[in-house]
Amino acid sequence: MSRAVGPVPVSLDPSVAPPGTRNFRDAGGIPADQWHANQVKQTLVPTHCCFCGVQCGMYLRVDERGKVFGVEPRNHDINRSRLCPKGLNAYQQVNHPDRLTAPLLRRSRDEPFREASWEEALDFTAAEVRRIQTAYGRDAFGLLGGASLFSEKTYLVGKFARVALKTRHVDYNGRLCMVSAAGANKLAFGIDRAANPFADILQTDCLLIAGSNVGECFPVMTQYLWGARDRGAKLIVVDPRETAVARTADIHVALRSGTDAAFFNSVLHVVIREGLTDDAFLAEHTTGWDELRATVAEYPPKLAAEICGIPDVQIEQVARMFGTAKKAMAWHARGIEHHTQGVENCLTVINLCTATGNLGRPGAGYGTITGQGNGQGGREHGQKSDLLPGGRSIANPEHRRWISEFWGIDEAELPQAGTSMMEMVWQMQRQEIRGLIGICNNPFVSLPNYAVVKDGYDTLDFHAQFDFFLSETAANAHVVFPVTTWAEDEGVMANAEARVVKHNKAQEPPPGVRTDTWVMCELARRLGAADKFDFAGSREVFDELRAASAGSVNDYYGITYERLEQTGGIAWPCPDLDHPGTPRLFEGGLTYHPDQKVHLQTVEWHPPADRFDEQYPMRLTTGRTVAHFLSGNQTRRLGALVEQTPRPWVELHPSHGYRNGDPVRVTTRRGSEVLPALVTEAIRPDHVFIPYHWPFPTSANALTIDALDPRSKIPEYKVCACRIDSAPAVDPVPAPPMPPGRSAYPEAQASRDDPLPPSSPQGRGTGEVR
Amino acid sequence: MMGRTLFIDPGRCIGCQACVSGCRECDSHRGKSMIHLDYPDEGSSVASLPTVCMHCEDPVAPCAEVCPAEAILISPDGVVHEADPTRCIGCSNCVNACPFGVPKIDLAAKLQLKCNLCYDRTSLGLAPMCATVCPTGALFYGTLEELQAERPGVDVSNWFEFGDVQITTGVAMVVPADRTRDPVPGGLPTLPLVQVNGRDTGGRVVSDAGGQL
Repeated sequence: MSRAVGPVPVSLDPSVAPPGTRNFRDAGGIPADQWHANQVKQTLVPTHCCFCGVQCGMYLRVDERGKVFGVEPRNHDINRSRLCPKGLNAYQQVNHPDRLTAPLLRRSRDEPFREASWEEALDFTAAEVRRIQTAYGRDAFGLLGGASLFSEKTYLVGKFARVALKTRHVDYNGRLCMVSAAGANKLAFGIDRAANPFADILQTDCLLIAGSNVGECFPVMTQYLWGARDRGAKLIVVDPRETAVARTADIHVALRSGTDAAFFNSVLHVVIREGLTDDAFLAEHTTGWDELRATVAEYPPKLAAEICGIPDVQIEQVARMFGTAKKAMAWHARGIEHHTQGVENCLTVINLCTATGNLGRPGAGYGTITGQGNGQGGREHGQKSDLLPGGRSIANPEHRRWISEFWGIDEAELPQAGTSMMEMVWQMQRQEIRGLIGICNNPFVSLPNYAVVKDGYDTLDFHAQFDFFLSETAANAHVVFPVTTWAEDEGVMANAEARVVKHNKAQEPPPGVRTDTWVMCELARRLGAADKFDFAGSREVFDELRAASAGSVNDYYGITYERLEQTGGIAWPCPDLDHPGTPRLFEGGLTYHPDQKVHLQTVEWHPPADRFDEQYPMRLTTGRTVAHFLSGNQTRRLGALVEQTPRPWVELHPSHGYRNGDPVRVTTRRGSEVLPALVTEAIRPDHVFIPYHWPFPTSANALTIDALDPRSKIPEYKVCACRIDSAPAVDPVPAPPMPPGRSAYPEAQASRDDPLPPSSPQGRGTGEVR
Repeated sequence: MMGRTLFIDPGRCIGCQACVSGCRECDSHRGKSMIHLDYPDEGSSVASLPTVCMHCEDPVAPCAEVCPAEAILISPDGVVHEADPTRCIGCSNCVNACPFGVPKIDLAAKLQLKCNLCYDRTSLGLAPMCATVCPTGALFYGTLEELQAERPGVDVSNWFEFGDVQITTGVAMVVPADRTRDPVPGGLPTLPLVQVNGRDTGGRVVSDAGGQL
């Protein structure tokens, strides 16, 4: 197959010039290998990565023309100079040739986009908002935010919806990510964040990782896992796939996806049976223990082993290893959260930690690993349908009064709680929502059941989208606003430890590009709310956010840009300017409920929403690969990452008789697509896995089910029923969308037509010969 | 083994290729990676292995030994440098001589490309880019004492065997304790593998490309 693209007319035989020797364009706009250190004076701007919830520190290298052109490791105490391939290549987005630099506009989806002035695009959008809200009511216009935005912008998304649009329909893409853990934390602890900092992992004796492919999704967090093991800790990994961290774990529990609650109930069953509970802790610091004990009594290992498809002795081993450890910790991620009982799965892990007294101590505790860079901060300040700034509840009369007064609006004007992201799509289909603005999200790739999502968005009378590359969702809109990357503005994010970190501006945005803050303020002005959106930039928004959160559980009042720059990050709650922040919660066993106790919750396991039968006997589970991030709108344009993992695949066990690279059709009740088989013993025989970063027709989410957890409304991405058949040829991976007349930067796309799966889920080996 | 050097621990490697991306950021060969990242247990596990230049010691690095242009300099600290572009004739002798398969030829420039242990960084007291960014410490830069202080009880070897040929290197690998008495088997065409990840292979013979014979 031909891989030679670009200016060098030589055969790129991978045995001589393996992937990576290609002339990738770097952020300076020249092929990367034509740049030399002696040509440029550089400044290093300290900041953090734009990608996952670990929020590694990094320096962006800025040349004398003020352009970002590279990255330099930064010895920040989150990551100690370490970076993953996404973080290393993140800077290449900033001056990427695919950037949007002018608003795009069209009156109808039949027309192609044309470039428009900012005036025209903003005026048209404001007119459409007014038209739709006048004709169909305020709630007929919706707003969807994102958790890769700085917290300042997420605050503005919530305020824009409630104060400028005055609609109840606002939600954000953290709904697809963090909400199950958030729901469980609120129920059990009265506060929504991880309980321990990463550094506590180094002091644990037993670390349990449930449903998290740490090595690929949070690569830099792996140092804490290995660091704990260097000090003698045991590692337990619960995952249907033998991931890079499961491979060498002391116990790898390869359970069936969708059976986590049965497993953890049974582990607790054995913990109780063997007398490994911390009775003093339970008596002093919990409610609901008797009910919980009665419930887990119904989950003996034999029964759970049958549900989970694992040996029953493994449940006993896990219970003993976790229960006898002096200090044990459990961390989980989407693997147990993306379920119709996502909240309950998280509660079973909390129950286990609480029953063994593992809370609130160095090396003993509980954490949830946020997926998006601002997965934590993004849900705290009011862009979630049921929350107001500071994590206040929009249903609580006292909270409503407080924030109405703070914003200077009539409380009667403040909308009630809206619906979740997926429910909003269903409402679009029913024309209850007729207009939508999307900011920093790409639901055409990230929401489940693509056919429904496409239909919902197609039914909209008006759709505007903010992004810096033309996402699949933006390509379907009426108006696209070209906005800044993270390196062109300043702001804060809160990482998976709830540590608030400061991102600094490294360069001016390209001509034609504006900050999301500016666009929201301009729209608000046109909607008659100018006085409430008088912000020069992030700094002013952050000061209002701090004040808005004062006195709430998520108290940011004591956090200032200056303090963040001095300290390298402060964990909330931080109620005043002298407060050191709160890296570890629940010290002394005290929670944030009024009675300061852990409210233990009983959980009954139930099967996943999708039915398994003869037609659809296998379990499809989805997840990430290390070289790509979320919907891939950012990473599918970066040459090095496309080179590492050009396309999705279907991972399956050799017992099905397919050979590596065979085209395999995966069919669910929602759709079907053909992907190359990656045949490996590192997955259960009754499961197949597809990474979800690519768009239709190679989208995992064209197959997944839009069934929601009743409490958190998170979709059940991690399990649905499917079957596999052989097929003649794999579906091609589409090029990333571009405005009319432009095509995606070709050298970055050189490998995209590779019909073969990668060597391993982490990517193509650099030396392979094909 | 050099004083401060790289240590490779495949047991910690998660195969993420941060080393590969990090290597591309180096100013002396921007956009090109000198690191190989292999998945040697393809089809069975997600095991992975980074290969950097091992900076061979004994008696002279094979690449330097065979270079007809004497382009490959070895500095007193033991670092085997990339072929000097004013001398390199792009003949590929070094590519063929290297037992670890490290050097590459830049076809457009007709010049050799090879890791020089980030000499621009290490000469300033920094670690090489790959070991700086490696998320897991599978690539570690420092002295043996520093490594063992961080990872108590760890053993290393810089002694490798390729058929009848044995070689010692400046870069070392973390190995199980019982592997320090004998040279670490390298990758000649036929290598009897006894165990992979604790599983007996039944003495199957594996080619150096990883496929079964």
